[in-house]
Amino acid sequence: MKAGSNLEKVLTAGYFAATGELGPPQSADTAVIEKKAGYLKGYVDAVNITDCQTAVVRMSSMAVAVMLLRLGLEPTMQMTCRDRNRIAIQSDLLGAAALGIKNLLCLTGDHQVFGNHPTAKNVFDLDSMQLLSMVKGLRDDRRFQCGDEVKGPEPRFFIGAAANPFADPFDFRPYRLAKKAKAGADFIQTQIVFNVPKFREYMKRVVDLGVHEQCYILAGVAPIKSFGAARYMATKVPGMDVPDEIVQRMKATPKEKQAEEGIKVCVEVIQQVREIPGVAGVHIMAIEWEESVAEITAQAGLLPRPAV
Amino acid sequence: MIIAEQKPLDEIKSMIADYQKVLILGCGTCVTICFAGGEKEVGALASALRMATRLDGQNKEFIEATVQRQCEYEFNEEVADLIEEADVVLSLACGIGVQTMNEQFPNKLTLPGLNTAFLGQPVEQGVWDERCQACGDCVLYLTGGICPIARCSKSLLNGPCGGSQNGKCEVNPEIDCAWQLIYDRLQALDRLDLMMEVKPAKDWSTSRDGGPRKIVREDLRLTFVEEKQS
Ligand code: SF4
Ligand code: SF4
Repeated sequence: MKAGSNLEKVLTAGYFAATGELGPPQSADTAVIEKKAGYLKGYVDAVNITDCQTAVVRMSSMAVAVMLLRLGLEPTMQMTCRDRNRIAIQSDLLGAAALGIKNLLCLTGDHQVFGNHPTAKNVFDLDSMQLLSMVKGLRDDRRFQCGDEVKGPEPRFFIGAAANPFADPFDFRPYRLAKKAKAGADFIQTQIVFNVPKFREYMKRVVDLGVHEQCYILAGVAPIKSFGAARYMATKVPGMDVPDEIVQRMKATPKEKQAEEGIKVCVEVIQQVREIPGVAGVHIMAIEWEESVAEITAQAGLLPRPAV
Repeated sequence: MIIAEQKPLDEIKSMIADYQKVLILGCGTCVTICFAGGEKEVGALASALRMATRLDGQNKEFIEATVQRQCEYEFNEEVADLIEEADVVLSLACGIGVQTMNEQFPNKLTLPGLNTAFLGQPVEQGVWDERCQACGDCVLYLTGGICPIARCSKSLLNGPCGGSQNGKCEVNPEIDCAWQLIYDRLQALDRLDLMMEVKPAKDWSTSRDGGPRKIVREDLRLTFVEEKQS
């Protein structure tokens, strides 16, 4: 065991993993976190806590992760390179480990132009690849990025990374995944899969490279709430691939039935990606629709979650 | 070269509001080439300011001059008389020229008439693109001659990120994704092996992050011989 988290145990025991996601509030509200946690508890093996996603100021990932621990859920803390340099990141990692956080997802981070402080100065001292190396170095070599030894307990994380099979250049994406595994990723969560054939082709190449044996690959999935949401994701979100077929399917569904249909699409995607060699689990991103996770996991036959 | 553009006329007007006699001083190098602060632009700005201030009921005087390189004392010395005569200098050089002037003529305030934008290249008539951020530790040999520091929106050394699509950067569809360009170029050169290595964390101390930078070439210094002998 690298960190001994629930997620790590589930994956190493060979179960098909299911992880969820919780977006912290844009306030100091704790009630909303308790509410969202309630929607996820028992349905997933770990819950990602986003780090100011889309560069909008939100409650800190570490604080919410600790709240989740108290509520009896396992958090996966997300860490981006946008707002912190190597000093701040390592400091936060020591604190997170001390507070009992065991899963860490390493990201580059969305550019601040997307958020509510577009005039901010960004950091990007490291990129996600270098962040992975640093986290692995802290754990396996007990060394800070500068080379100094960690004198005392080292921060031990089950290390995650993101991958977008649908971004360009497509041919390079499997190699980029291999780089992330080499840099230190123990598990991968992909961008939301709607285009299953394209994902299948990507996974074929990943398996040919043997990367699925170096890290656990969780396919990202998400329910679409409405036709409008489908169209938005298809046209406005960079790096997102929503086939027209799905957009049309949502359009053809009466408005009051669209949410239900969106869940159905998500369940179908889960069932399809589950059959793809090299896929070790799913990461369900039902941000601002956490209450759908119970139904998705039930319909997809992912319950009960294994007790390991 | 250094790319700059003129500040809005209103901002310039408010900067010079308290002065009567204004020397507009252009520079004959980078900012002439990028049509921001050469002799022609000095003339055009002087006319615009004459007209605008007259309409505002003011009676200001504008003197025009352009030196070859405002970032060097010896060229500015040539117009020392004009500087002496003026109440204020409105420089149409880059930020380096403006600071050289302020250093060289401590009794006279020199104001910036331009916004110094970046180190770049004209890519077509009237269009300039950033090319270098002077990071002090050039990595172009690893990236097919395309700079990831200046041209990737996140200065990634291990790109492309997940937002790269159709050759464009996630930040803005007007921006080419630097890492798509790097990938294409390395592929053409049959050097995709360079994309496969995990590039370690960059040493930013040679960049602006290490504080104001300085280069000292002992072999070129005039004090070199003396110091050696003593
Ligand atoms: S790597 Fe550094 S020095 Fe080289 S072009 Fe880019 S910013 Fe300039
Ligand atoms: S899309 Fe390309 S240029 Fe833009 S941040 Fe990502 S890698 Fe850099």
